[in-house]
Amino acid sequence: MSLQPETFKTLVRVAAEQVIASAPELTSLDQAIGDGDHGTNMKRGFEAVLSKLDAISSQPFDEALKTIGKTLVMTVGGASGPLYGSFFLAAGEALSHSRQLPDDLAEVFGSGVSAVSARGRSHAGEKTMLDVLVPVLETLKAGVGQPDLIERIRTTAADAVERTAPMQATKGRASFLGPRSVGHIDPGARSSCVLVQAVCASLEGRR
Amino acid sequence: MNDTVGIVIVSHSKDIAKGTADMVRQMVGSEVKVAFCGGNPDGGLGTNVSVIIDAINDAWSPKGVAILVDLGGAETNSEMAVEMLEPARRDLVVVCNAPIVEGAVMAATERRVAAHWPR
Repeated sequence: MSLQPETFKTLVRVAAEQVIASAPELTSLDQAIGDGDHGTNMKRGFEAVLSKLDAISSQPFDEALKTIGKTLVMTVGGASGPLYGSFFLAAGEALSHSRQLPDDLAEVFGSGVSAVSARGRSHAGEKTMLDVLVPVLETLKAGVGQPDLIERIRTTAADAVERTAPMQATKGRASFLGPRSVGHIDPGARSSCVLVQAVCASLEGRR
Repeated sequence: MNDTVGIVIVSHSKDIAKGTADMVRQMVGSEVKVAFCGGNPDGGLGTNVSVIIDAINDAWSPKGVAILVDLGGAETNSEMAVEMLEPARRDLVVVCNAPIVEGAVMAATERRVAAHWPR
């Protein structure tokens, strides 16, 4: 079974809408340990994605992912722009090398995760979006083809967000707080979870 | 003027970026090309890849461009902007690991080839 263009369009729309709806929560999390702009930045970026939805969904999937990435880079206005932008640009690039969705999802997703890691010069355990993306990638690698994969990914992402609370930030604005960053959920981890769960919900609605 | 590197100041705040550029010009006048930018696409505090690209091109010199940034997002967005330049220009731009005001003034007074600077 290959991913259908209509499914992809719904998926992008639902993901963007969920990020936009979560903007107040993201801002509130970022006010606790950052500069408080993560919600408005992500909202600006994904509103721009929504405004291009028809154009995006008329492109082949690899080009569509790159367009999403470039749109985020150009509109978010914070570090999360290049970070999420690099994820989608690299995922699109990986997909263009004769890979297919959903069969090669783990590989494509993995390319995105590597790009985030390189762009942020960061890895899991530093209280960032990677603390959600890396566990989700591990679940994907272990579970492609299994019937409960979507549920597993959902659980993985939700648990991973909670695990950022006791971490001390060593990257990003939160690292300025040192030990005072402990006890708060990382806003970037939360936005990654929102995106992952929106994709899960969208795919589940299609089954 | 083409013998010196161009300087680009990228701050989250346009006021800081402009103030830093003013301090650079006080030292070197118009001998060095200086461009600055600050603010997110809505004009609030933040940085914006497309205006960073414009600033690099405004300050362009055949010797290259040195970018001075304030905090993390400015650095990440500047690195992204450099990657989006035409390939021939990419290698001649360096995002400096230095305090923004001191670094900008030092860069402008030193005027060495940007590609040789520590990254």
